[in-house]
Amino acid sequence: MTLARPKLEDIEVQLLLEGVYRYYGFDFRNYAPSSLKRRIWNILCSEKLPNVSALQEKVLHDPACLDRFLLGLSVNVTAMFRNPNFFLAFREKVVPILRTYPFIRIWHAGCSTGQEVYSMAILLEEEGLYPRCRIYATDMNEMVLKQAKGGIFSLQLMQEYTQLYLKAGGKRSFSEYYTAAYDSAIFRASLKENIVFSQHNLATDSSFNEFNVILCRNVLIYFNKTLQKRVYELFHASLCPFGILGLGRQETLKFTPYEAYYEELAGSEKLFRRIH
Amino acid sequence: MFKLVVIGTSLGGLSALKVLLSGLPANFPVAIAVVQHRHKDSEDMMSSFLQPHATLSIREVVDKDDLLPGTVYVAPADYHMLVDVGYFTLSIDEPVSYARPSIDVLFESAADVYGEFVIGIILTGANQDGAKGLAAIKAQGGSTIVQEPATAESATMPAAAIATAVVDWILPLPKIAPHLINLCQPMWK
Ligand SMILES: C[S@@+](CC[C@H](N)C(=O)[O-])C[C@H]1O[C@@H](n2cnc3c(N)ncnc32)[C@H](O)[C@@H]1O
Repeated sequence: MTLARPKLEDIEVQLLLEGVYRYYGFDFRNYAPSSLKRRIWNILCSEKLPNVSALQEKVLHDPACLDRFLLGLSVNVTAMFRNPNFFLAFREKVVPILRTYPFIRIWHAGCSTGQEVYSMAILLEEEGLYPRCRIYATDMNEMVLKQAKGGIFSLQLMQEYTQLYLKAGGKRSFSEYYTAAYDSAIFRASLKENIVFSQHNLATDSSFNEFNVILCRNVLIYFNKTLQKRVYELFHASLCPFGILGLGRQETLKFTPYEAYYEELAGSEKLFRRIH
Repeated sequence: MFKLVVIGTSLGGLSALKVLLSGLPANFPVAIAVVQHRHKDSEDMMSSFLQPHATLSIREVVDKDDLLPGTVYVAPADYHMLVDVGYFTLSIDEPVSYARPSIDVLFESAADVYGEFVIGIILTGANQDGAKGLAAIKAQGGSTIVQEPATAESATMPAAAIATAVVDWILPLPKIAPHLINLCQPMWK
């Protein structure tokens, strides 16, 4: 279903992304065009530029504009215990498997500002597994990683997070995990003890360890099928035999070439177990 | 020949969709994509609610689902649904005018990718989402339909669409499905 004439704007977007990749090394060439273009439209608006070619010129010649461009393209929306049923299924289906391991390595790919990682640390602590775990939390965006390392979130969010925590099968009082200071919630430092935050780009970097669990939720939706394929290969190569892969609620391995390598652990919650 | 029908609605949308979808035959030759505003925690499947009333098959979109004729694609709760050439892409970008899924987001990407081959429809709803998106569809040469506000459970959304976009047809709800059939399979008249 390709349409007859390529649109000028689509060509401009390709040239912009090619330029940014060749000059700066940031590779957005295989992101999903529709959501990426929306971000670019927003940047055109905030930079007050008439078209994508003008943005290309500015980004390539003005490093400050590159920073704003990268920030404008990154979607860091996240929450603690987002889709609580996922965490509930993790407790019920994955934790019993992890109990049988002496040491557990977990990779959160695309961890954004860290809410998901702290959620997992809390869950593992409540299940008595945290001391045996090492969590590698990665994102391509250094700015969000800095926030993630801080473990300080807005106090206003805590009411919503408390609800989600309870729905996710939380066993204690959520407020035990943070101290309130002015309008911030500072999460307990002990939750960070076994977390390593570092930069990793799923589009360009390779595997860096072998994991029992890989979680990558709501990141692959931003990629086209070519880049998704690359990342699925990366995950397959980075998972131990019988390792667990967790995806976002509307993502699936079904109907992809990787389906055969996994079995569904909790299909509706997108938890898969590597079997080949 | 049209390639995609996009529908946006909020308050009152479920019963309106029931009427519209039940009027379309199983061999309706164009893909249909629907954004219905709803609570972000509604993990209940809208598709299973609507399916008994429709002969077309209805599914909640999973990222990168193929866009195929004769299927109704529903945006899942708490995700934006966008269109790429031949498939759907989801995103959890910030809500747009408090909405995720947002009608404008779907309509603007449909207009960008499928241009004149898109039909945009705004039904009953209590806010102004979709008005900008419908204008974008018109600007790219697509066709536009709005439910007659007086016949809508909530007139705000259709009225806003009529005020913002050039609307080709303003129709009472029961007339929309027959009109779509006419537009999409003219030889059946
Ligand atoms: C929408 S957030 C998802 C956050 C979290 N996993 C969740 O579901 O709540 C997407 C994250 O993916 C990161 N990301 C996008 N492209 C990436 C890439 N090529 N490599 C690594 N991270 C990437 C973004 O920086 C952003 O923090």
